[in-house]
Formats: sequence, structure tokens, C-alpha cells
Amino acid sequence: MQTNPPGSLPPKDYESIPGTYVFDGQRCRDGYALNMFCMSLAQESNREAMRADETAYLDQWDFTPEQRESIEKRQWLRMLQLGGNVYYTFKLAAYDGMTFRHLAAGMTGVTIEEFADMMTSGGRSIEGNRTTGGESNG
Amino acid sequence: MAEIIAGVGTSHVPAVGAAMDNGMTQDPIWAPYFDKVEPAREWIAKTKPDVCIIVYNDHASAFSLELIPTFVIGTAPSFIPADEGFGRRKVPTVQGHPDMAWHLAESLILAEFDMTIANKMDVDHGLTVPLSVMYNQPDEWPCKVIPLCVNVVQYPPPTGNRCFNLGRAIRAAVESFPGNERVVIFGTGGLSHQLQGERAGLINTEYDNAFLDRIVADPVAQSKISHTEYMREAGSEGIEMVMWLVMRGALDEHVDEIYRATHVPTSNTSNGLLILENSIN
Repeated sequence: MQTNPPGSLPPKDYESIPGTYVFDGQRCRDGYALNMFCMSLAQESNREAMRADETAYLDQWDFTPEQRESIEKRQWLRMLQLGGNVYYTFKLAAYDGMTFRHLAAGMTGVTIEEFADMMTSGGRSIEGNRTTGGESNG
Repeated sequence: MAEIIAGVGTSHVPAVGAAMDNGMTQDPIWAPYFDKVEPAREWIAKTKPDVCIIVYNDHASAFSLELIPTFVIGTAPSFIPADEGFGRRKVPTVQGHPDMAWHLAESLILAEFDMTIANKMDVDHGLTVPLSVMYNQPDEWPCKVIPLCVNVVQYPPPTGNRCFNLGRAIRAAVESFPGNERVVIFGTGGLSHQLQGERAGLINTEYDNAFLDRIVADPVAQSKISHTEYMREAGSEGIEMVMWLVMRGALDEHVDEIYRATHVPTSNTSNGLLILENSIN
């Protein structure tokens, strides 16, 4: 049962889920500027400003150098590793005219067609994808 | 008194709304899903609830990382579909029920559920897609709506147990409302899906079917499931399934399963649809 004594936290057992970046407090802190930059692109006036001068637009945000590079190079998986949340990074993808399938393909290193084929044939199997540990991986 | 007459569980996949908005529901990829929706639409057309309480999550639309409320209740007279980057969905404005929403807010806070009160809030696909699923494309939504947002984007969401108990408190609050409204409560989101990381695209239909079985027959057991189990088995975004427990908590211990359908995939999601009524006997 998911309750804890007051003031305590359970171990981060979700860190053993492979290929998954659970958006916890640490990632929220790490990714705040990156995600809020993405959020800003929900407004058309900001999209126009970014289109007019991407460098100047990015200069307004307090990114780490790694985050800045991941945004400039559109490294979608690396953004998650640097604190990005997919609901936010999708706003940058949408700014680029991408669909969610483009973004998924970008994160998983396959083509859009390969990702679409995987979904229509039932998605990615849970078997072998439960944990990075040696036990009960399937 | 007002009463909760039924619960609806449904996924809230944005592509389902887009398929309807763009006239694609009879395309080969979409027709099999929309065929399964039809009996649910017939049920709600016959049931005609006055109010739908829709439990859903905002996806970085009304809220950002600036403020992350765990539970939000919408008390406004109306709610506009959010612009999620592609313009606002061309669906009717959602009409609220401020009298009942304020009654719920006050009742729930005094019952020790610390609700955030939203007097102005745009509603994203998490709320509008369930309306589209159930009511198709009317000129006006045929019910009043009380939006109830649950944070499931920032870890940790409220526990399943907390969601289930919130549902119980919502039922008590509705039944103390001095009106004769017939209310349907929606639990939305899920089923298994993962939108992020190298594991994106995960689907676990076996787990989804077991979840649906337990939501119907043993919700107390389901309310004990940990967040890590949801994320591991149903995908990082599959944790939305805790919101179905709010719906289930607002119903009787024993319910009749009126309708169930699943479809894999809609977009990148294992889609679930469930209608429950309190057992008559």
C-alpha cells in the first residue's frame, strides 16, 4: 500500500524502470527553465519572436549549457535526461511542425514508420521492459 | 437531493478528438474504435444526466510548473477549450454549474480534501475528449460540467487510496446538494501508455484488463496499487489510471457493469471505455 509515515519518503524504486524519466521533484528543479521555455511557445506571440530570432529568444532563459545545446540540436531524448517533461518538450516539437509520432520516433531512435508499425501491431511489449535489474524482467 | 447515478471510465486520447474534428472517424484506422463507442453514446443519450463531473488531468495547458495543484475544482460559469498549440478545439464552450461546484468545493474542504478552486480555467483535451467520446458532435453540450483536475504530470500524484476516498467524499457532497440533479461522474485517462523516453510506445493489455476487472469488482484492492507499479506495468503516463478510482469511489460497493470496450491502439494508447451503475438490489 502506498502510504508512508509522516515525513518519510519511499526509495525511488521507479528509477529501475528502463527508458523512463519519472518527472519527480529533482527533475522539476533541473528542468524548470527548459520546460518553462517550452511552455512559452504555447503563445503565438512567443512563437513569432522565436521564429524571428531563435538565438535571441533562447538567450532570455537560464539554461545550463547542456540544455541549451539539446534545444538547439533538437535532441529530444537528451532533453528528458536534462529535466525535460514530454508534455512540455512536445510544445517545442509542435512549434517545429512535428506530430507526436515524430517526437516518439526521435526519442526512441527509429523512423516514424517503424514507430507507427510498432503501435499498430500492439505497441511495445512489457516483456523484457519491466526493469533494468536482473530479476523478474519479463 | 442530487444523486450520482452512474460512472463512466474513458481514455482521453487527443487524437480521438482530432479524428472527430477532422472528419476521420470512418477512416479504416479509426472506424473500429468509433464502432465500439456507439453503445456508450446510446446509453448516455437515454440516461440524460443533468451534470457530469469530469475527473481529468491538465497537460501543461491551464497549469504549468509555476503552480502544481493536486486537486482542482472548476467553479466558473463556463470553461473555454484550451489552445494546446494547434488552436482551440472547435467544440462547444463547456457550461459549468457554479452552485453545485461551490457546494462541492466547500463540502470537500470541510471533509479535509484541500481543493484548489478555479474561477477561471481553460479545459484541455483531458476534459473535452471524454465529452466528444460520449456525446459526439452536438451544437451545445447537453449537460452542465464540473471539471475536477488531478495532478498526474508532476510526481507524485495523489495515491490511489486518496483518489478513491475523494470519490466517496464527492458522493456525500453531491447527496447533500439541495437540488434534484442526476449526476454522472467520469474518471478519465489511461489505459496503458508511455509517451516518453526509450520505452515510449509501451502497451500492456493484460494489465489493462486486470485493472478494469478490479475497478468493477474490487476497487479497494485496486486503490492500494503503488505508483511505481502503475508506471512500470502500464507506462509512465498509465499512472493516469488512478483518476478512475475517484469515479469508482463515488459509486456503491457493488455496481453493474453496463458496458466495457477496449481498443489497441488509439494513437499511442490502449483505450478503455467503461460504464457502471449502482446495483439496484
